[in-house]
Amino acid sequence: MADGQDKKIDAATGTELKGHEWDGIAELDTPLPRWWLWTFYATIIFAIGYVIAYPAIPMLHDYTRGMLGWSSRGALDKELAAREAEIAPLRRAIADTAITDLPGKPQLMQAAVEGGRAAFKVHCVQCHGSGAAGAKGYPNLNDDDWLWGGDLATIEKTITDGVRNPNHDATRVSMMPAFGRDQLLTSAQVNDVVAHVRVISRQDKASAASQRGTQVFADNCAVCHGPDGKGTRALGAPNLTDGIWLYGGDAETIHETVWNSRQGVMPRWDDKLDKATIRMLATYVHSLGGGEATPVDETADNEATARP
Amino acid sequence: MLMPAGSSDLYEKRKGVYPKAVDGFYRRLKWAIMAVTLAIYWVTPWLRWDRGPYAPDQAVLVDLAHRRFYMFAIEIWPHEFYYVAGLLIMAGIGLFLVTSAVGRAWCGYACPQTVWTDLYQHVERFTDGDRNAQIRLAKAPWSAAKIARRLAKWSIWLGIAFATGGAWIFYFADAPRLSHDFWAGSAAPVAYATVAVLTATTLLLGGFMREQVCIYMCPWPRIQTAMLDEKSLVVTYKDWRGEQRGSVKKAQAKPDLFGDCIDCNQCVAVCPTGIDIREGAQVGCITCALCIDACDKVMAQVGRPRGLIDYCTQEDAEAEKQGAAPRPVLKTLLRPRTLAYAAVWLSIGAAMLFALGARTRIDIAAQQDRNPIFVRLSDGAIRNAYMVKVRNMEARPRPVTVAVEGLPGAMLWTDAMPREQAAATVTATVPADSVAKLRLFIAAPAPGPQRQDFAFTVRATDREGGGDREPARFERP
Ligand code: SF4
Ligand code: SF4
Repeated sequence: MADGQDKKIDAATGTELKGHEWDGIAELDTPLPRWWLWTFYATIIFAIGYVIAYPAIPMLHDYTRGMLGWSSRGALDKELAAREAEIAPLRRAIADTAITDLPGKPQLMQAAVEGGRAAFKVHCVQCHGSGAAGAKGYPNLNDDDWLWGGDLATIEKTITDGVRNPNHDATRVSMMPAFGRDQLLTSAQVNDVVAHVRVISRQDKASAASQRGTQVFADNCAVCHGPDGKGTRALGAPNLTDGIWLYGGDAETIHETVWNSRQGVMPRWDDKLDKATIRMLATYVHSLGGGEATPVDETADNEATARP
Repeated sequence: MLMPAGSSDLYEKRKGVYPKAVDGFYRRLKWAIMAVTLAIYWVTPWLRWDRGPYAPDQAVLVDLAHRRFYMFAIEIWPHEFYYVAGLLIMAGIGLFLVTSAVGRAWCGYACPQTVWTDLYQHVERFTDGDRNAQIRLAKAPWSAAKIARRLAKWSIWLGIAFATGGAWIFYFADAPRLSHDFWAGSAAPVAYATVAVLTATTLLLGGFMREQVCIYMCPWPRIQTAMLDEKSLVVTYKDWRGEQRGSVKKAQAKPDLFGDCIDCNQCVAVCPTGIDIREGAQVGCITCALCIDACDKVMAQVGRPRGLIDYCTQEDAEAEKQGAAPRPVLKTLLRPRTLAYAAVWLSIGAAMLFALGARTRIDIAAQQDRNPIFVRLSDGAIRNAYMVKVRNMEARPRPVTVAVEGLPGAMLWTDAMPREQAAATVTATVPADSVAKLRLFIAAPAPGPQRQDFAFTVRATDREGGGDREPARFERP
């Protein structure tokens, strides 16, 4: 290469060739423009500056932090804090508005529902499922069947104090006896009352057993579930005539329910969540499709306003 | 690293280019195109277009915040982005068309790099004088006079660069308001950053990089070179006519030895990229045709026919070399390839215009809740929930009715009403130029297929009417 004889000039461009060739393709020895080199130096200078300013080099137990003290975690914290500060007034407004007044303020209501949606994903999905569709023993919150009531204030009360939360006076309680296990009814009576329940829920035709069960029901069950089996919300006693079953509507499951009773438990949340979050959760659950209008009933009103 | 003897350096310093002023047909054409393109760029954002009280009145506006694109009577929503894609395809095919017909005309006349470089070079002539004065000034040592001239030039350049960068942001917000905010210091930081970046790049690319952009940075010359064929018009030095070069005096002495080129170097002097077209077609030539003007002038002075340098296809060059007469330009323009491009270009344009004219300004989309898919209600019915979006693309609020087709016994209600008010249809008013989101519940009797196809329909109930339909699915346990 060093002697001039090897040098070849490309005819079309008049540029010197590098001298190597692959399948007839040769490389021109075109010089790079000098400013190209400058941009290369500029990137080097930028890189040095970056390493000094930002976290860059991993060390044995740590890494260089950079002069600016920036970190992605810190940036996230800052953003979260800013977001918190942004929604703080909204949370305060929600906490200060009685839940029955929220529907009158659509914007606040919508914010509450969205906040509730987020909080639900954190606190409630473990039992009620991510879509709030529940599971056996854990109510589906999308439907229109409510054990304790489906208006805003009632839902809020249920979330606040829970159901059968031990050592909490305000919690919702009711006690279904274990009719079979505790020998309150004979085995035959249990079978009869199961047959009766299957009939009032329109799953079976009336039979001799169900007719016998009618009396058993009236004597033992009607006090909570009502004479026609439509349930009593004040006691959390489910409606036995509709299409929705918390544990199952087949004869075997109903038998098991009557024999051993059911004592579902839901924790109180007022010791874990603030008022605004509980309120938002209530509006979210109410928005799922089964929410009921606030009753004009006196007692419900008192309950809603009595809470501090 | 050892450098072989006599080999060129690895890096090459930029050679100064000091193009001489020139006048002629193509120079005037370039003036006109520069005036039109710059005017379009600077004036467009200030044009107004009345769209009523609910939409902006800026004729051309890319409203990124609200995801709308306004262009006079046309309003494009994000889901209609295919119109923009269509425009981009048309721009692409348009460039194919232009390139196959008239070579790198885009580079020579309309490319912003060319237009702004041209503008900057005029400024340079204004402050420093023409080519020779510029060369002298560049070589001169730094003195007060030189500094003064440089400062004058750079500040005019900076002013143009700022006006260029500044105008850009007006395409993305209401121009009068933004301009007021900009000067008041209350515009968004991104506006200032954009202006700063574009000012800097305009100054750098137009003032200092110039032909380096075309030769080293821009991919377009490579693409265009690949699209040129032997039937495309390129600026050609007709060497069969020009060679052997020699002065007028020499040619008078030996007329049959010398060609028409008098070797006056005017074509090189005027070239904005500093190349010598007489070496043949090359990537550095942006086909600005200024050398044609320069040479034509020289030919007129020495009394020889014009067109020693001229637009000419490679094919015609070969023919002319053999003695054929030059072909008229129109004949070279109309050929199957250019006609095919033109046909494709026109049909895409026509199809888009048709689609624009026929598009409905109301539409419905529905997404079924997947978690849970269905809910059993206490009366035994099955409920599915949907997020229904009704889009009103008119600049006024419109009342609409949403209904379902093909789902017997279906009752509809929204999350804003109790189920007692469920009915076969749901009505809503969609605000001007926006999307109404309805969370819609549908309850249907439990007996029925596990998956039932049906359709949502929406109908505007105002005088103009119009509607849309969206297939959906109802699912049961
Ligand atoms: S060679 Fe002629 S056409 Fe090409 S860039 Fe230079 S002046 Fe323009
Ligand atoms: S301007 Fe025309 S005559 Fe003068 S050097 Fe160029 S090609 Fe030859």
